[in-house]
This record gives sequence, C-alpha cells and structure tokens, in this order.
Amino acid sequence: MMLREGKLKEGYLVEEIQLGDKIRRRLQILGLTRGTRVEVLNRKKNGTIVMKVRGTRFAAGKEVAEGIQVREPKNQAIPADSREVRP
Amino acid sequence: MNTPIHVAFVGNPNCGKTTLFNAYTGARLKVANWPGVTVEKKEGAFSYQGEKIRLVDLPGIYSLTSYTMEEKVSRSYIMGEEVHVVIDVADASSLERNLYLTLQLIELGRPVVLALNMMDIVEERGMAIDLHRLPEMLGIPCIPVSARQKRGLEILMHAVLHHKDKELDALEHDHPYESKHRHDHHKDIVMVYSDEIEDKIDVISERMEETFGPMDNVRWYALKYLEQDEEILEKYPLDLGDVVERSYETDIINEKYDFIEEIIQECLVGKSEKAEFTDKIDRWLTNRIWGVPIFLGVMALVFFLTFAVGDWLKGYLEQGIEAVSSLITNGLVALGVGELVRSLVADGILAGVGGILTFLPNIFILFLALAFLEDSGYMARVAYVMDGIMGKIGLSGRAFIPMLLGFGCTVPAVMASRALEDPRDRLKTILVTPFMSCSARLPIYVLFSQMFFGNYALLAAYSMYVLGILVAILVALVMNQFTKRKGINTLLIELPEYKTPNLHSIAIYTWEKVEDYLKKAGTTIFAASILIWVLLNFGTAGMVTDMSESFGATLGRLLVPVMGPAGLGYWQIVVALISGLAAKEVVVSSMSVLFGVSNAAGQAGMSAMAAALAGISFTTVNAYALMTFCLLYTPCMAAIATIKRETRSWRWTLFGAGFQLVVAWMVAVVVYQAGLFLTKI
Repeated sequence: MMLREGKLKEGYLVEEIQLGDKIRRRLQILGLTRGTRVEVLNRKKNGTIVMKVRGTRFAAGKEVAEGIQVREPKNQAIPADSREVRP
Repeated sequence: MNTPIHVAFVGNPNCGKTTLFNAYTGARLKVANWPGVTVEKKEGAFSYQGEKIRLVDLPGIYSLTSYTMEEKVSRSYIMGEEVHVVIDVADASSLERNLYLTLQLIELGRPVVLALNMMDIVEERGMAIDLHRLPEMLGIPCIPVSARQKRGLEILMHAVLHHKDKELDALEHDHPYESKHRHDHHKDIVMVYSDEIEDKIDVISERMEETFGPMDNVRWYALKYLEQDEEILEKYPLDLGDVVERSYETDIINEKYDFIEEIIQECLVGKSEKAEFTDKIDRWLTNRIWGVPIFLGVMALVFFLTFAVGDWLKGYLEQGIEAVSSLITNGLVALGVGELVRSLVADGILAGVGGILTFLPNIFILFLALAFLEDSGYMARVAYVMDGIMGKIGLSGRAFIPMLLGFGCTVPAVMASRALEDPRDRLKTILVTPFMSCSARLPIYVLFSQMFFGNYALLAAYSMYVLGILVAILVALVMNQFTKRKGINTLLIELPEYKTPNLHSIAIYTWEKVEDYLKKAGTTIFAASILIWVLLNFGTAGMVTDMSESFGATLGRLLVPVMGPAGLGYWQIVVALISGLAAKEVVVSSMSVLFGVSNAAGQAGMSAMAAALAGISFTTVNAYALMTFCLLYTPCMAAIATIKRETRSWRWTLFGAGFQLVVAWMVAVVVYQAGLFLTKI
C-alpha cells in the first residue's frame, strides 16, 4: 500500500520509494530508508500529510505521500522509531 | 598572535546552529526556524586562549550532496584549504536524523568536532546520551552544549583547539554481521560498509590514484563514484563501467542509517516519546478546520500590535524628534546660517528623515512579531496549513513562507523563495511576493489612514494587507492558467518541535531589521530628501519661491493626465510616487518636503498636511486610491535588484516591475472610480 492510504497514528514500514531521483534522494537522506517506521500524524483534505520519521515531523505533499510504498508491520507491538531486522 | 583558526559551523536546519554561533560572536545574525534561511555565508571572530578564531556559519543542510546550492557551497568550503576544524552542530534531541550529516562530514576527511546541542531538552525529556560510547563509535570528540543556556561553550572551543592537529586512538566496536574488512578503523574512516561496497571502494581508490596520482582522502571520492555524484564524475572522469554498473546511492544511504541505528541503540538511553507537547499544540494549530482561522487570527494580532502598540510608542518618539528638530533649526538661526541652507536642513533633511524615523516603533513591533513566529517553530506549520489554499492557485504551501516574510521586507522574502524546488514555482512566487505589503509601505498607511479615516484608520490600514493578498492570489491564479501545468505537490518541509523563542536570537534579529531601517533613513531617504528638495526649490529660473514653478512640478505635470483616472492626477502626488521608487517610505518623506511639514506623523504635522491636501481637493477617496497604488506599484530599487539576482533574468525583472505598475494603476482606477460612484449616491 501507499503511505497516502495509511491510517492516522498507525506505524508502517517503508518498502520502497517510487518517486523521481531528486525527491527520492531527499526522503532517503531524511531517514526514510527501507524498513524505517513511519507514522502519519495528520492529513489535509488535499492529501498533504504530516509524517513522523525517526523522531522528526515532516509535512509532505500528496504526490510525495503517494510515492512512498509501505507495509503493515508483522508484529504490531513494534516500539516507536525502531526497525524490523532485514532478512 | 598566530594566524587565525578557521572554524566552520555546519548542521541541519533547526538544530540551533545560528544560536550557537551567536553565543560565541554576538554577531547580528538572523535566526530562523524554517529550513533554508541562512543561505549566505556569515562570519564572526573572537579570541579564545590567546588564539584568534574565525567562525563561518554555513547554511543549514541535511546532507552534503551536490544537488542544491546550499549543499554545494558547504561542501566546497569544507573541502577547501581555508578550514581548520569543522563544528558539526547536531540537535541532540533528534540525534538519529542529525547523525547522517555527521557521518558525511567525517568522511570528507577534515577534523570534525560534534557539538551536541539542545542537551537541556534531552535531559528535560528524561533521555541521556552515553558521552563515552558516542565518541568511541564516531571517532571524533562529542561535546554536549546548550546554545540557549550558553552551556558547554568553553569546552567546545577547547576541543576545537585540541582537535586541530590531534586524532583520537583507534577503537574497536561491535558489528552485527560478518565482515572481512578491518573494524579498528577510527583512525582513518568512520564506518565500514558491506563487503560489496568496500570491495568496490578498494578497486576504485586504486584506479583513481593510478589515473590522478596520490589523492587526499581517495576513499571519499570512491564513495562519490558509487553514488554517481554529478560534480565528482565531471571533475574526475574515469571509466569504471566494470565496477560501478549502477548507482549505489540508495545502498550507501541505507548502510549509513544502519550504522546510525547501531549508534543510537548503544548511546541513547531512555528514549522517550515525550514530544507530546508539540503534538498537543499541533492538534490545534494544524487542525483541519481550525488551522486556517487560527493563522488568520495570529496575523490579525500581529497587525493589531503593529498599529496599536506601535502608535502608542510612536507618540513618545515624536516628541523627542520634534525637540531635536527645533533644537537644530534654532541652532542654525543662532549660528547665522543662510536661508538657503536653513531651508535645505529644515524643509529637506529634517522633514524627510525625521518623518521616517517616527515610524520606527511600528516597524520594530512588526519585525519582533515575525521573529517570534519564526523562532517558535510556527512558520513551517503555516506552509502546511496554507498548502490546500496555495494548491488551488498552483503553488506549494511552502511558497507561502516567502510571501509571509514579504510583510516584513520584500528583499529577504524574495531570497527565501530559494527553498522552492521547482524553478517555475520560484518564479511565480518571486513575481507575487512584492504584492505582499512590506514594512516600508506601513508609514504611508499610517499617515493617510489617520489623516482621512479617523476612527476607521485601523480598518483602512488592515484592508491594504488584505487587498495585497487578494491581488497576489489573483495574479498567481492568472499565471497558473498560462502555465497550464497540473500542479504536482512535492511539498516536503520539516516541522520542528515548538520551543519558547530565544530572547537573544529575537533581539539580534529585530535589532538587525531596526538597524537596516535606520541605515536606510540615513542613506537612501537622506539622499532622496535632498534631491526632492532641490527638484522642488529650483526651476528654469533658478531658485523658485513657488514650488509649482520648479523642475519637480514640470516633471510631475507630464504624468498628471495618466494618473488622473486613478485620482492621483496632482503633480505633487506624482513626484512623491516617483521618488518612492528609491524606497517606499520616501513617498511619505517627499510629501513632507512637498508640503513643508516638519513632522508628518505628529498631530500638528498631520493636520497641516491634511489642510494642504484639502487645498488641492484631495479627498478620502483619493487617499484610498493612493494607498492602493502604493501597495501595488513597482517595488523599491533594492527589491528590484534582488529579483534580478534571484531570477538571473533582466527580462523577468523588468516584466515584473512593469507588470506591477500596470496592475497598480488598474486597481487604483477601479478603487477611485468605484469610490467616486459610491460617494455620489
């Protein structure tokens, strides 16, 4: 699923960023690497979201939120800001 | 004393870097709370333990790629010969994200000292950082500081001096996976990548030195090859098709963050989620329904304070300025100075400059409020709150920050548009920002609304701000029709934690603006006042007693027919408007010179000017049309020069200036004609 469809206040794990090089690089540099936990804190009508990654909040436009592929964590009790061990 | 030690300050936006810098130098630097404001290189100097230290504040950046102007500037400066030590300022309360830049800095190969800023907040949240383990894992000194409380400043500088030519011992640390590469690496490298990448680094390093000879820090260049960094590929062309078959950028970023997580796990104790404070405030300020009304309320409060409190303070300043003015005039008489010079000083300089100085309290309050908004962390939220509305006119919410800053001054506002990624968004923002009413236009509103609108003065002045925003929106909408591009919303902006604004930072920021204003009064306005006095007191027949025979009047009359439909067809007004191109405040100072009013903002001065204006049958409707025209017409020369620098195009700059003139004229005509019509019924 895409982060845009994510429920508020629920943690997801980043799978892949399907955006142009420039914006993909910026997101990765800010810590949205594969397996990172991301939480949607708020959402506007026009699709802009506030997300929390590694303890920092970012506002991200609709098209950005649409390009971040996430999945639900297997183990629901994942502590905040941690990652699942990569296979 | 030996040669100064050059120290560069680098850090993420919102890490308190500028506050730390200010704590050392006391330099008048702007402190902002949203990314990308310190674009220019700022310097300061001081002495510590007999050593001269020169500090350079680099722009707030998240990484050291070569894809943005700020990052390029920082990277090349750090790699240059000049720098001795780099201070990496990190927000210790969000260490995880800040360490990414730290790793990149260490890899650049210059001596780095990590300043763990905001340690007070870390403690407040019940967290702790293992200050022994952290330097072990990073291989650099890590000094806890608090720029706001001025703690740890001595030790940090001590570490800088110490680290200038010394290195820490190599230290072992654990790694969760198998690796055949050495891990006692801290003497030269900060982290070891996976075998795949390390093998490639070895091959590339060897090839590079074969081709380009021995290099300092060849490992860094090898990494940049793997990341396919444009700048390095161009500078050092090398055929590596067999080694670098794809970009390893994502892998390298991932592995850096893997290492950072390792560090965080070992060094950060009591990781708390007590960022609740910010979440609680955000529940209201970024609320779906209340976000916009609250923002409008905040702005209404800002302008209320600017006008109401500013005017109250202004009363005291007026008395002071009047006293000084009469002292000078009487002094000149006593000294037996000739009438010509007396007229120049009293009717030219004192009327012009003195009239402008009176508005200082309004300007002071406005900038104080803007500084408060920036430093508290609210400014970035405005980008989010306004994103929906801005999207409708084809701009990202981020474009609203330059527009908001435009209420202060168009010059920094236009510069702030750099934070926008898309060049077309930038151009649009630059073209509409001058419509946001800057502080230089404030004296015009204060003067004319008080002269003509009595009890409704505040409302009349407010309406100018609203009108400016409406015109900006309308213009953006029209431009959006032309570009026809479906807006892709790639807004991405950090929303920093809210904090109590730092008084020292705000004081420095506000003082900087007040100083600018005073400087402007002493230079541009001073010169313009003299020029206007000359133009108005001399004509083809030499010095004239009746201003209507002066050069100024002749010049003004040329444009009277054009300005007539806008209710501005008076040669005096035309002259004032032309002089306003130097700086918008000059409209007021010119009016003072034109009507021989010594203190335009004072009660006596105001009624004298009102009487003079009534003499040329200039009514309330004319006054409102004049305010409208001043709001919208071509910005001052400083703003035009900035627009030229930022757009790097004379065509767009001249288009913007001409376009605004036309818009101003059209809107003023509509306002005047509608006003006339309404007063007739």
